[in-house]
Amino acid sequence: MRRYEVGYFFQEGVRGIFLHGFMSFAAVGVIAACLLIMGSVSLLAVNIDITIKEIQSQNEILVIIEESYSEAEANSVGTRISRIDNVADRVFVSKDAALEEFGRKLNNNFLLEGYEDEDMNPIRHRFVVQLRDVSQMRETIRELEDLTGVAAVNAEVGITDFILSIRSVVNAVSLSLIAMLLGVSVFIISNTVKLATFYRREEIGIMRIVGATNTFIRWPFVVEGFLLGLMGALLAFFVQWTVYNYMSVRVTGVIPIFSLAPFGDILIFVLPVFLLFGFVVGVLGSVLTIRRFLRV
Amino acid sequence: MVRLIDVYKAYDNGTKALKGVTMRIDDGEFVFLVGPSGSGKSTIIKLLTSEIRPTEGRLMVNGYNINTIRRGQIPHLRRTLGVIFQDFRLVEKKSVYENVAFAMRVVGASPKEIRLRVPYVLDLVGLSHKARRRPHELSGGEQQRVAIARALINNPRLIIADEPTGNLDPARSLEIMTILNKINSLGTTVVTVTHERELVNRFARRVIAIDGGRIISDRTGGYYSQ
Ligand SMILES: Nc1ncnc2c1ncn2[C@@H]1O[C@H](COP(=O)(O)OP(=O)(O)OP(=O)(O)O)[C@@H](O)[C@H]1O
Ligand SMILES: [Mg+2]
Repeated sequence: MRRYEVGYFFQEGVRGIFLHGFMSFAAVGVIAACLLIMGSVSLLAVNIDITIKEIQSQNEILVIIEESYSEAEANSVGTRISRIDNVADRVFVSKDAALEEFGRKLNNNFLLEGYEDEDMNPIRHRFVVQLRDVSQMRETIRELEDLTGVAAVNAEVGITDFILSIRSVVNAVSLSLIAMLLGVSVFIISNTVKLATFYRREEIGIMRIVGATNTFIRWPFVVEGFLLGLMGALLAFFVQWTVYNYMSVRVTGVIPIFSLAPFGDILIFVLPVFLLFGFVVGVLGSVLTIRRFLRV
Repeated sequence: MVRLIDVYKAYDNGTKALKGVTMRIDDGEFVFLVGPSGSGKSTIIKLLTSEIRPTEGRLMVNGYNINTIRRGQIPHLRRTLGVIFQDFRLVEKKSVYENVAFAMRVVGASPKEIRLRVPYVLDLVGLSHKARRRPHELSGGEQQRVAIARALINNPRLIIADEPTGNLDPARSLEIMTILNKINSLGTTVVTVTHERELVNRFARRVIAIDGGRIISDRTGGYYSQ
Protein backbone atom coordinates (compact mmCIF):
# COMPACT_ATOMS: atom_id res chain seq x y z
CA MET A 1 0.00 0.00 0.00
CA ARG A 2 1.48 3.31 -1.09
CA ARG A 3 1.72 6.29 1.21
CA TYR A 4 -0.58 8.54 -0.82
CA GLU A 5 -3.21 5.84 -0.72
CA VAL A 6 -2.97 5.57 3.05
CA GLY A 7 -3.17 9.37 3.25
CA TYR A 8 -6.22 9.40 0.99
CA PHE A 9 -8.06 6.79 3.04
CA PHE A 10 -7.27 8.65 6.23
CA GLN A 11 -8.41 11.96 4.78
CA GLU A 12 -11.62 10.46 3.44
CA GLY A 13 -12.35 8.84 6.78
CA VAL A 14 -11.85 12.08 8.70
CA ARG A 15 -13.84 14.06 6.15
CA GLY A 16 -16.70 11.59 6.37
CA ILE A 17 -16.78 11.77 10.15
CA PHE A 18 -16.75 15.55 10.09
CA LEU A 19 -19.40 15.76 7.40
CA HIS A 20 -21.62 13.46 9.35
CA GLY A 21 -20.78 15.06 12.67
CA PHE A 22 -21.74 18.45 11.40
CA MET A 23 -25.05 17.21 10.04
CA SER A 24 -25.83 15.58 13.37
CA PHE A 25 -24.99 18.82 15.11
CA ALA A 26 -27.18 20.70 12.65
CA ALA A 27 -30.05 18.27 13.14
CA VAL A 28 -29.94 18.61 16.93
CA GLY A 29 -29.80 22.40 16.54
CA VAL A 30 -32.77 22.48 14.19
CA ILE A 31 -34.89 20.20 16.36
CA ALA A 32 -34.04 22.30 19.40
CA ALA A 33 -34.78 25.54 17.53
CA CYS A 34 -38.11 24.22 16.26
CA LEU A 35 -39.06 23.06 19.71
CA LEU A 36 -38.04 26.37 21.22
CA ILE A 37 -40.14 28.37 18.81
CA MET A 38 -43.05 26.00 19.22
CA GLY A 39 -42.60 25.90 22.96
CA SER A 40 -42.37 29.66 23.34
CA VAL A 41 -45.44 30.27 21.23
CA SER A 42 -47.41 27.59 23.07
CA LEU A 43 -46.29 28.86 26.46
CA LEU A 44 -47.30 32.35 25.41
CA ALA A 45 -50.72 31.05 24.41
CA VAL A 46 -51.08 29.16 27.69
CA ASN A 47 -50.14 32.23 29.69
CA ILE A 48 -52.49 34.44 27.74
CA ASP A 49 -55.27 32.00 28.57
CA ILE A 50 -54.29 32.07 32.22
CA THR A 51 -54.27 35.86 32.17
CA ILE A 52 -57.65 35.93 30.50
CA LYS A 53 -59.06 33.68 33.20
CA GLU A 54 -57.52 35.95 35.80
CA ILE A 55 -59.05 39.00 34.19
CA GLN A 56 -62.34 37.15 33.98
CA SER A 57 -62.35 36.68 37.73
CA GLN A 58 -60.87 40.05 38.66
CA ASN A 59 -62.16 42.40 36.08
CA GLU A 60 -65.77 42.64 37.14
CA ILE A 61 -68.26 44.89 35.50
CA LEU A 62 -69.89 47.51 37.66
CA VAL A 63 -73.53 48.15 36.80
CA ILE A 64 -74.58 51.44 38.38
CA ILE A 65 -78.30 51.84 39.05
CA GLU A 66 -80.22 55.10 38.52
CA GLU A 67 -79.89 57.43 41.48
CA SER A 68 -83.65 57.62 42.07
CA TYR A 69 -84.06 53.85 42.45
CA SER A 70 -84.77 52.39 45.86
CA GLU A 71 -83.12 49.22 47.02
CA ALA A 72 -86.18 47.14 46.06
CA GLU A 73 -86.33 48.72 42.63
CA ALA A 74 -82.63 48.11 42.18
CA ASN A 75 -83.14 44.43 43.04
CA SER A 76 -85.71 44.07 40.29
CA VAL A 77 -83.10 45.40 37.87
CA GLY A 78 -80.83 42.71 39.31
CA THR A 79 -83.25 39.98 38.28
CA ARG A 80 -83.24 41.32 34.76
CA ILE A 81 -79.42 41.47 34.79
CA SER A 82 -79.17 37.81 35.69
CA ARG A 83 -81.46 36.95 32.77
CA ILE A 84 -78.71 38.03 30.35
CA ASP A 85 -77.06 34.89 29.01
CA ASN A 86 -73.47 35.93 29.46
CA VAL A 87 -73.88 36.95 33.08
CA ALA A 88 -72.37 34.32 35.32
CA ASP A 89 -72.98 36.01 38.61
CA ARG A 90 -74.21 39.32 40.04
CA VAL A 91 -73.76 40.66 43.53
CA PHE A 92 -75.81 43.56 44.82
CA VAL A 93 -73.93 46.29 46.63
CA SER A 94 -76.12 48.89 48.29
CA LYS A 95 -75.21 52.58 48.49
CA ASP A 96 -74.17 52.18 52.11
CA ALA A 97 -72.13 49.08 51.63
CA ALA A 98 -70.40 50.66 48.64
CA LEU A 99 -69.60 53.78 50.61
CA GLU A 100 -68.26 51.79 53.48
CA GLU A 101 -66.07 49.74 51.17
CA PHE A 102 -64.91 52.89 49.45
CA GLY A 103 -63.88 54.26 52.83
CA ARG A 104 -62.13 51.08 53.76
CA LYS A 105 -60.19 51.19 50.52
CA LEU A 106 -59.14 54.76 51.11
CA ASN A 107 -58.38 53.84 54.70
CA ASN A 108 -59.40 57.28 55.65
CA ASN A 109 -62.74 57.71 57.37
CA PHE A 110 -62.22 61.39 57.62
CA LEU A 111 -63.08 61.83 53.98
CA LEU A 112 -66.36 60.12 54.55
CA GLU A 113 -67.46 62.33 57.35
CA GLY A 114 -70.60 64.12 56.56
CA TYR A 115 -71.72 61.52 54.05
CA GLU A 116 -73.17 59.21 56.68
CA ASP A 117 -76.51 60.74 56.17
CA GLU A 118 -78.52 58.67 53.71
CA ASP A 119 -79.40 61.57 51.46
CA MET A 120 -75.90 62.88 51.35
CA ASN A 121 -74.42 59.55 50.07
CA PRO A 122 -73.04 60.34 46.57
CA ILE A 123 -72.67 56.65 45.70
CA ARG A 124 -75.44 54.80 43.89
CA HIS A 125 -76.72 51.23 44.24
CA ARG A 126 -74.75 48.88 42.07
CA PHE A 127 -74.26 45.32 40.92
CA VAL A 128 -70.92 43.62 40.58
CA VAL A 129 -71.33 41.38 37.54
CA GLN A 130 -69.11 38.56 36.38
CA LEU A 131 -69.19 37.24 32.84
CA ARG A 132 -69.09 33.76 31.48
CA ASP A 133 -67.15 34.75 28.37
CA VAL A 134 -65.01 37.87 28.36
CA SER A 135 -64.68 37.83 24.61
CA GLN A 136 -68.34 38.91 24.41
CA MET A 137 -67.85 41.70 26.90
CA ARG A 138 -68.85 44.48 24.49
CA GLU A 139 -72.18 42.91 23.54
CA THR A 140 -72.99 42.20 27.16
CA ILE A 141 -72.19 45.74 28.19
CA ARG A 142 -74.53 47.02 25.49
CA GLU A 143 -77.30 44.73 26.77
CA LEU A 144 -76.72 45.89 30.33
CA GLU A 145 -76.84 49.53 29.28
CA ASP A 146 -80.14 48.92 27.49
CA LEU A 147 -81.84 47.79 30.67
CA THR A 148 -84.09 50.43 32.20
CA GLY A 149 -82.82 51.54 35.54
CA VAL A 150 -79.16 51.12 34.59
CA ALA A 151 -77.39 54.45 34.73
CA ALA A 152 -73.92 53.39 33.69
CA VAL A 153 -71.72 50.37 33.11
CA ASN A 154 -68.07 50.47 34.05
CA ALA A 155 -65.65 47.97 32.59
CA GLU A 156 -62.10 47.84 31.37
CA VAL A 157 -62.95 46.93 27.83
CA GLY A 158 -59.66 48.11 26.43
CA ILE A 159 -57.37 45.68 28.19
CA THR A 160 -59.67 42.74 27.65
CA ASP A 161 -59.92 43.48 23.96
CA PHE A 162 -56.19 43.83 23.66
CA ILE A 163 -55.47 40.52 25.32
CA LEU A 164 -58.20 38.76 23.39
CA SER A 165 -56.83 39.94 20.08
CA ILE A 166 -53.34 38.84 21.10
CA ARG A 167 -54.71 35.45 21.97
CA SER A 168 -56.36 34.91 18.61
CA VAL A 169 -53.21 36.02 16.80
CA VAL A 170 -51.03 33.81 18.97
CA ASN A 171 -53.31 30.82 18.46
CA ALA A 172 -53.30 31.20 14.70
CA VAL A 173 -49.57 31.80 14.56
CA SER A 174 -48.73 28.95 16.91
CA LEU A 175 -50.85 26.44 15.02
CA SER A 176 -49.33 27.26 11.66
CA LEU A 177 -45.83 27.50 13.13
CA ILE A 178 -46.12 24.13 14.80
CA ALA A 179 -47.29 22.47 11.59
CA MET A 180 -44.53 24.14 9.62
CA LEU A 181 -41.76 23.42 12.09
CA LEU A 182 -42.82 19.80 12.38
CA GLY A 183 -42.35 19.50 8.64
CA VAL A 184 -39.02 21.31 8.75
CA SER A 185 -37.70 19.12 11.54
CA VAL A 186 -38.66 15.89 9.79
CA PHE A 187 -37.05 17.20 6.63
CA ILE A 188 -33.81 18.06 8.38
CA ILE A 189 -33.60 14.75 10.21
CA SER A 190 -34.37 12.99 6.99
CA ASN A 191 -31.51 14.80 5.29
CA THR A 192 -29.13 14.00 8.09
CA VAL A 193 -30.00 10.36 7.89
CA LYS A 194 -29.83 10.46 4.10
CA LEU A 195 -26.31 11.78 4.40
CA ALA A 196 -25.44 9.18 7.00
CA THR A 197 -26.80 6.44 4.75
CA PHE A 198 -24.94 7.87 1.79
CA TYR A 199 -21.78 7.93 3.81
CA ARG A 200 -22.33 4.33 4.79
CA ARG A 201 -23.83 3.16 1.50
CA GLU A 202 -20.99 0.71 0.85
CA GLU A 203 -21.35 -0.77 4.30
CA ILE A 204 -25.08 -1.09 3.73
CA GLY A 205 -24.45 -2.75 0.36
CA ILE A 206 -22.13 -5.25 2.02
CA MET A 207 -24.62 -5.91 4.79
CA ARG A 208 -27.27 -6.68 2.22
CA ILE A 209 -25.07 -9.01 0.24
CA VAL A 210 -24.17 -11.07 3.30
CA GLY A 211 -27.86 -11.44 4.09
CA ALA A 212 -28.76 -8.70 6.54
CA THR A 213 -32.47 -8.07 6.82
CA ASN A 214 -33.77 -4.56 6.28
CA THR A 215 -34.66 -4.37 9.95
CA PHE A 216 -31.09 -5.13 10.90
CA ILE A 217 -29.81 -2.42 8.57
CA ARG A 218 -32.45 0.07 9.68
CA TRP A 219 -31.88 -0.14 13.41
CA PRO A 220 -28.68 1.85 13.72
CA PHE A 221 -30.27 4.68 11.80
CA VAL A 222 -33.44 4.59 13.84
CA VAL A 223 -31.36 4.78 16.99
CA GLU A 224 -29.40 7.62 15.48
CA GLY A 225 -32.58 9.54 14.71
CA PHE A 226 -33.90 8.74 18.16
CA LEU A 227 -30.76 10.06 19.83
CA LEU A 228 -30.72 13.19 17.70
CA GLY A 229 -34.33 13.78 18.71
CA LEU A 230 -33.55 13.17 22.36
CA MET A 231 -30.61 15.56 22.36
CA GLY A 232 -32.61 18.20 20.51
CA ALA A 233 -35.48 17.86 22.98
CA LEU A 234 -33.29 18.09 26.06
CA LEU A 235 -31.36 21.04 24.68
CA ALA A 236 -34.62 22.82 23.85
CA PHE A 237 -36.03 22.03 27.27
CA PHE A 238 -33.16 23.57 29.19
CA VAL A 239 -32.95 26.61 26.96
CA GLN A 240 -36.72 27.02 27.23
CA TRP A 241 -36.49 26.80 30.98
CA THR A 242 -33.84 29.51 31.17
CA VAL A 243 -35.54 31.78 28.68
CA TYR A 244 -38.90 31.33 30.36
CA ASN A 245 -37.64 32.20 33.79
CA TYR A 246 -35.82 35.21 32.44
CA MET A 247 -38.83 36.36 30.44
CA SER A 248 -41.33 35.88 33.25
CA VAL A 249 -39.38 38.30 35.42
CA ARG A 250 -39.13 40.74 32.54
CA VAL A 251 -42.73 40.52 31.36
CA THR A 252 -44.27 40.71 34.80
CA GLY A 253 -42.10 43.75 35.44
CA VAL A 254 -43.42 45.51 32.34
CA ILE A 255 -47.03 44.35 32.23
CA PRO A 256 -48.16 43.58 35.78
CA ILE A 257 -51.58 42.26 34.80
CA PHE A 258 -49.92 39.60 32.66
CA SER A 259 -49.61 36.72 35.07
CA LEU A 260 -47.15 33.99 34.07
CA ALA A 261 -47.45 30.49 35.42
CA PRO A 262 -44.22 29.43 37.16
CA PHE A 263 -42.17 27.13 34.93
CA GLY A 264 -42.21 24.47 37.62
CA ASP A 265 -45.98 24.14 37.10
CA ILE A 266 -45.77 23.59 33.37
CA LEU A 267 -42.45 21.73 33.32
CA ILE A 268 -44.18 18.37 33.71
CA PHE A 269 -46.13 19.10 30.53
CA VAL A 270 -43.32 20.68 28.55
CA LEU A 271 -40.75 17.92 29.01
CA PRO A 272 -42.86 14.97 27.81
CA VAL A 273 -44.20 16.99 24.88
CA PHE A 274 -40.68 17.98 23.86
CA LEU A 275 -39.38 14.43 24.23
CA LEU A 276 -42.31 13.00 22.30
CA PHE A 277 -41.78 15.52 19.54
CA GLY A 278 -38.05 14.80 19.46
CA PHE A 279 -38.59 11.05 19.26
CA VAL A 280 -41.33 11.25 16.66
CA VAL A 281 -39.36 13.62 14.46
CA GLY A 282 -36.10 11.71 14.91
CA VAL A 283 -37.48 8.25 14.34
CA LEU A 284 -39.91 9.29 11.62
CA GLY A 285 -37.22 11.18 9.78
CA SER A 286 -34.83 8.25 9.79
CA VAL A 287 -37.38 5.52 9.10
CA LEU A 288 -38.85 7.37 6.13
CA THR A 289 -35.41 8.01 4.67
CA ILE A 290 -34.12 4.51 5.21
CA ARG A 291 -37.26 3.05 3.68
CA ARG A 292 -36.47 4.72 0.39
CA PHE A 293 -32.91 3.47 0.65
CA LEU A 294 -33.83 -0.13 1.35
CA ARG A 295 -36.25 -0.55 -1.51
CA VAL A 296 -34.88 -2.97 -4.19
CA MET B 1 -28.11 -25.99 -6.82
CA VAL B 2 -28.60 -23.45 -9.55
CA ARG B 3 -31.13 -23.78 -12.36
CA LEU B 4 -31.86 -21.27 -15.12
CA ILE B 5 -34.51 -22.10 -17.71
CA ASP B 6 -34.72 -19.85 -20.77
CA VAL B 7 -33.87 -16.73 -18.80
CA TYR B 8 -34.13 -13.31 -20.44
CA LYS B 9 -33.00 -10.06 -18.89
CA ALA B 10 -33.66 -6.64 -20.36
CA TYR B 11 -32.50 -3.65 -18.28
CA ASP B 12 -34.74 -0.63 -17.81
CA ASN B 13 -32.93 1.23 -20.58
CA GLY B 14 -33.82 -1.58 -23.00
CA THR B 15 -30.41 -3.29 -23.08
CA LYS B 16 -30.98 -7.00 -23.65
CA ALA B 17 -28.26 -8.52 -21.46
CA LEU B 18 -29.51 -12.13 -21.53
CA LYS B 19 -31.34 -13.75 -24.42
CA GLY B 20 -32.45 -17.18 -23.33
CA VAL B 21 -29.98 -18.74 -20.93
CA THR B 22 -30.53 -22.28 -19.70
CA MET B 23 -28.06 -23.90 -17.32
CA ARG B 24 -27.90 -26.24 -14.39
CA ILE B 25 -25.18 -26.31 -11.78
CA ASP B 26 -25.33 -29.15 -9.29
CA ASP B 27 -24.15 -29.11 -5.70
CA GLY B 28 -20.42 -29.64 -5.38
CA GLU B 29 -19.53 -28.40 -8.86
CA PHE B 30 -16.83 -25.87 -9.76
CA VAL B 31 -17.79 -23.70 -12.72
CA PHE B 32 -15.94 -20.99 -14.64
CA LEU B 33 -18.21 -18.47 -16.31
CA VAL B 34 -16.31 -16.87 -19.18
CA GLY B 35 -17.05 -14.50 -22.04
CA PRO B 36 -16.15 -11.14 -23.50
CA SER B 37 -16.92 -7.87 -21.82
CA GLY B 38 -20.62 -7.04 -21.88
CA SER B 39 -21.65 -10.60 -22.66
CA GLY B 40 -23.88 -10.87 -19.60
CA LYS B 41 -21.74 -12.63 -16.98
CA SER B 42 -22.35 -10.13 -14.20
CA THR B 43 -26.01 -10.07 -15.11
CA ILE B 44 -26.20 -13.80 -14.38
CA ILE B 45 -24.41 -13.27 -11.06
CA LYS B 46 -26.83 -10.50 -10.06
CA LEU B 47 -29.75 -12.75 -10.93
CA LEU B 48 -28.35 -15.49 -8.70
CA THR B 49 -28.03 -13.09 -5.74
CA SER B 50 -31.48 -11.66 -6.48
CA GLU B 51 -30.08 -8.17 -6.92
CA ILE B 52 -32.12 -8.04 -10.12
CA ARG B 53 -35.06 -10.09 -11.38
CA PRO B 54 -35.34 -11.91 -14.69
CA THR B 55 -37.55 -10.38 -17.36
CA GLU B 56 -38.56 -13.87 -18.50
CA GLY B 57 -37.69 -17.45 -17.71
CA ARG B 58 -37.41 -19.48 -14.53
CA LEU B 59 -34.65 -19.28 -11.97
CA MET B 60 -33.93 -21.41 -8.91
CA VAL B 61 -31.06 -20.95 -6.45
CA ASN B 62 -30.50 -23.25 -3.47
CA GLY B 63 -34.16 -24.13 -3.42
CA TYR B 64 -35.39 -20.53 -3.65
CA ASN B 65 -37.54 -19.65 -6.64
CA ILE B 66 -36.12 -16.26 -7.65
CA ASN B 67 -39.17 -15.51 -9.81
CA THR B 68 -41.54 -15.50 -6.89
CA ILE B 69 -39.24 -14.82 -3.95
CA ARG B 70 -40.68 -12.34 -1.45
CA ARG B 71 -38.54 -9.40 -0.46
CA GLY B 72 -38.36 -10.64 3.12
CA GLN B 73 -36.94 -13.96 1.88
CA ILE B 74 -34.04 -12.42 -0.07
CA PRO B 75 -31.76 -12.06 2.99
CA HIS B 76 -32.34 -15.73 3.74
CA LEU B 77 -31.45 -16.71 0.19
CA ARG B 78 -28.28 -14.65 0.48
CA ARG B 79 -27.27 -16.40 3.67
CA THR B 80 -26.97 -19.59 1.62
CA LEU B 81 -24.57 -17.74 -0.71
CA GLY B 82 -21.08 -16.32 -0.39
CA VAL B 83 -20.47 -13.52 -2.84
CA ILE B 84 -17.05 -12.24 -3.88
CA PHE B 85 -16.41 -9.18 -6.06
CA GLN B 86 -13.56 -7.86 -8.14
CA ASP B 87 -13.25 -4.79 -5.88
CA PHE B 88 -13.27 -6.78 -2.58
CA ARG B 89 -15.93 -4.54 -0.95
CA LEU B 90 -14.48 -4.47 2.54
CA VAL B 91 -15.46 -1.90 5.17
CA GLU B 92 -12.45 0.40 5.42
CA LYS B 93 -12.97 1.46 9.02
CA LYS B 94 -13.15 -2.11 10.30
CA SER B 95 -10.25 -4.48 10.95
CA VAL B 96 -9.84 -7.71 9.01
CA TYR B 97 -11.32 -9.62 11.92
CA GLU B 98 -14.26 -7.22 12.18
CA ASN B 99 -14.94 -7.37 8.44
CA VAL B 100 -15.41 -11.11 8.71
CA ALA B 101 -17.16 -11.12 12.09
CA PHE B 102 -19.55 -8.45 10.85
CA ALA B 103 -21.07 -10.92 8.34
CA MET B 104 -21.84 -13.29 11.21
CA ARG B 105 -23.25 -10.51 13.35
CA VAL B 106 -25.56 -9.57 10.50
CA VAL B 107 -27.14 -13.01 10.55
CA GLY B 108 -27.46 -12.91 14.32
CA ALA B 109 -24.59 -15.14 15.42
CA SER B 110 -23.63 -15.04 19.12
CA PRO B 111 -20.30 -13.53 20.23
CA LYS B 112 -19.18 -16.99 21.24
CA GLU B 113 -19.93 -18.47 17.82
CA ILE B 114 -18.09 -15.54 16.27
CA ARG B 115 -15.03 -16.02 18.50
CA LEU B 116 -14.85 -19.68 17.52
CA ARG B 117 -15.58 -19.38 13.83
CA VAL B 118 -13.71 -16.26 12.65
CA PRO B 119 -10.15 -17.45 13.50
CA TYR B 120 -10.90 -20.77 11.83
CA VAL B 121 -11.95 -19.14 8.57
CA LEU B 122 -9.12 -16.58 8.65
CA ASP B 123 -6.74 -19.51 9.04
CA LEU B 124 -8.34 -21.19 6.02
CA VAL B 125 -7.39 -18.20 3.83
CA GLY B 126 -4.00 -17.80 5.53
CA LEU B 127 -4.66 -14.47 7.25
CA SER B 128 -4.65 -15.33 10.95
CA HIS B 129 -1.61 -13.14 11.53
CA LYS B 130 -3.27 -10.07 9.96
CA ALA B 131 -6.59 -10.16 11.84
CA ARG B 132 -6.00 -6.77 13.50
CA ARG B 133 -5.02 -4.96 10.30
CA ARG B 134 -7.26 -2.60 8.38
CA PRO B 135 -8.10 -3.46 4.75
CA HIS B 136 -5.91 -0.64 3.41
CA GLU B 137 -2.92 -2.15 5.15
CA LEU B 138 -3.24 -5.32 3.08
CA SER B 139 -2.26 -6.15 -0.47
CA GLY B 140 -4.96 -6.69 -3.07
CA GLY B 141 -4.58 -10.44 -2.84
CA GLU B 142 -4.88 -10.33 0.95
CA GLN B 143 -7.95 -8.14 0.76
CA GLN B 144 -9.57 -10.58 -1.60
CA ARG B 145 -8.76 -13.36 0.85
CA VAL B 146 -10.55 -11.38 3.55
CA ALA B 147 -13.51 -11.13 1.21
CA ILE B 148 -13.36 -14.89 0.66
CA ALA B 149 -13.23 -15.46 4.41
CA ARG B 150 -16.30 -13.25 4.76
CA ALA B 151 -18.07 -15.16 1.99
CA LEU B 152 -17.28 -18.45 3.75
CA ILE B 153 -18.07 -17.40 7.28
CA ASN B 154 -21.74 -18.36 7.29
CA ASN B 155 -21.04 -21.74 5.71
CA PRO B 156 -22.76 -21.08 2.38
CA ARG B 157 -23.80 -23.80 -0.05
CA LEU B 158 -22.72 -21.75 -3.04
CA ILE B 159 -19.83 -19.35 -3.56
CA ILE B 160 -20.37 -16.81 -6.34
CA ALA B 161 -17.37 -14.80 -7.47
CA ASP B 162 -17.52 -12.08 -10.12
CA GLU B 163 -13.99 -11.65 -11.48
CA PRO B 164 -12.35 -12.21 -8.08
CA THR B 165 -8.89 -11.93 -9.66
CA GLY B 166 -9.62 -8.96 -11.91
CA ASN B 167 -7.50 -6.57 -9.82
CA LEU B 168 -4.66 -8.96 -9.05
CA ASP B 169 -1.37 -9.97 -10.66
CA PRO B 170 -1.05 -13.54 -12.03
CA ALA B 171 0.61 -14.95 -8.91
CA ARG B 172 -2.09 -13.52 -6.62
CA SER B 173 -4.77 -14.68 -9.04
CA LEU B 174 -3.46 -18.23 -8.88
CA GLU B 175 -3.48 -17.99 -5.08
CA ILE B 176 -7.12 -16.91 -5.00
CA MET B 177 -8.20 -19.54 -7.49
CA THR B 178 -6.36 -22.19 -5.48
CA ILE B 179 -8.26 -21.15 -2.35
CA LEU B 180 -11.57 -21.31 -4.23
CA ASN B 181 -10.59 -24.75 -5.48
CA LYS B 182 -9.82 -25.85 -1.93
CA ILE B 183 -13.17 -24.55 -0.75
CA ASN B 184 -14.84 -26.53 -3.52
CA SER B 185 -12.98 -29.67 -2.51
CA LEU B 186 -14.48 -29.21 0.97
CA GLY B 187 -17.93 -29.52 -0.63
CA THR B 188 -19.08 -25.99 -1.48
CA THR B 189 -20.31 -25.23 -4.97
CA VAL B 190 -18.26 -22.49 -6.67
CA VAL B 191 -19.25 -20.35 -9.64
CA THR B 192 -16.62 -17.86 -10.70
CA VAL B 193 -16.49 -15.37 -13.52
CA THR B 194 -13.05 -14.79 -14.98
CA HIS B 195 -11.21 -13.42 -17.98
CA GLU B 196 -8.02 -15.31 -17.33
CA ARG B 197 -7.55 -18.02 -19.86
CA GLU B 198 -4.40 -19.46 -18.25
CA LEU B 199 -6.17 -20.01 -14.96
CA VAL B 200 -9.16 -21.61 -16.61
CA ASN B 201 -6.97 -23.98 -18.54
CA ARG B 202 -4.80 -24.75 -15.58
CA PHE B 203 -7.68 -25.90 -13.38
CA ALA B 204 -9.45 -27.80 -16.14
CA ARG B 205 -12.92 -27.57 -14.63
CA ARG B 206 -16.34 -27.01 -16.16
CA VAL B 207 -16.39 -23.87 -18.34
CA ILE B 208 -19.59 -22.12 -19.44
CA ALA B 209 -18.89 -19.57 -22.16
CA ILE B 210 -21.30 -16.72 -22.80
CA ASP B 211 -21.47 -14.29 -25.69
CA GLY B 212 -24.12 -11.72 -26.47
CA GLY B 213 -26.39 -12.95 -23.70
CA ARG B 214 -26.37 -16.59 -24.85
CA ILE B 215 -24.44 -19.69 -23.81
CA ILE B 216 -22.11 -20.59 -26.66
CA SER B 217 -20.40 -23.53 -25.02
CA ASP B 218 -20.53 -25.61 -21.86
CA ARG B 219 -17.70 -28.10 -21.50
CA THR B 220 -15.64 -29.69 -18.79
CA GLY B 221 -11.88 -29.75 -19.17
CA GLY B 222 -10.91 -26.14 -19.60
CA TYR B 223 -9.80 -24.01 -22.48
CA TYR B 224 -11.91 -21.35 -24.07
CA SER B 225 -11.21 -19.02 -26.96
CA GLN B 226 -12.30 -15.41 -27.10
N1 LIG C 1 -27.70 -1.63 -14.67
C1 LIG C 1 -27.64 -1.72 -16.02
N2 LIG C 1 -28.47 -0.96 -16.76
C2 LIG C 1 -28.43 -1.06 -18.09
N3 LIG C 1 -27.63 -1.86 -18.77
C3 LIG C 1 -26.79 -2.64 -18.09
C4 LIG C 1 -26.75 -2.62 -16.66
N4 LIG C 1 -25.82 -3.48 -16.25
C5 LIG C 1 -25.30 -4.04 -17.36
N5 LIG C 1 -25.88 -3.55 -18.47
C6 LIG C 1 -25.61 -3.94 -19.84
O1 LIG C 1 -25.93 -5.30 -19.98
C7 LIG C 1 -24.96 -5.95 -20.79
C8 LIG C 1 -24.32 -7.07 -20.03
O2 LIG C 1 -23.63 -6.54 -18.92
P1 LIG C 1 -22.83 -7.39 -17.84
O3 LIG C 1 -22.42 -6.50 -16.76
O4 LIG C 1 -23.64 -8.59 -17.50
O5 LIG C 1 -21.56 -7.82 -18.71
P2 LIG C 1 -20.27 -8.66 -18.26
O6 LIG C 1 -20.29 -9.90 -19.06
O7 LIG C 1 -20.24 -8.80 -16.80
O8 LIG C 1 -19.11 -7.70 -18.74
P3 LIG C 1 -17.68 -7.44 -18.06
O9 LIG C 1 -16.83 -8.61 -18.42
O10 LIG C 1 -17.20 -6.21 -18.70
O11 LIG C 1 -17.87 -7.32 -16.60
C9 LIG C 1 -23.96 -4.89 -21.22
O12 LIG C 1 -24.33 -4.44 -22.51
C10 LIG C 1 -24.15 -3.79 -20.21
O13 LIG C 1 -23.89 -2.56 -20.80
MG1 LIG D 1 -19.02 -8.08 -15.21
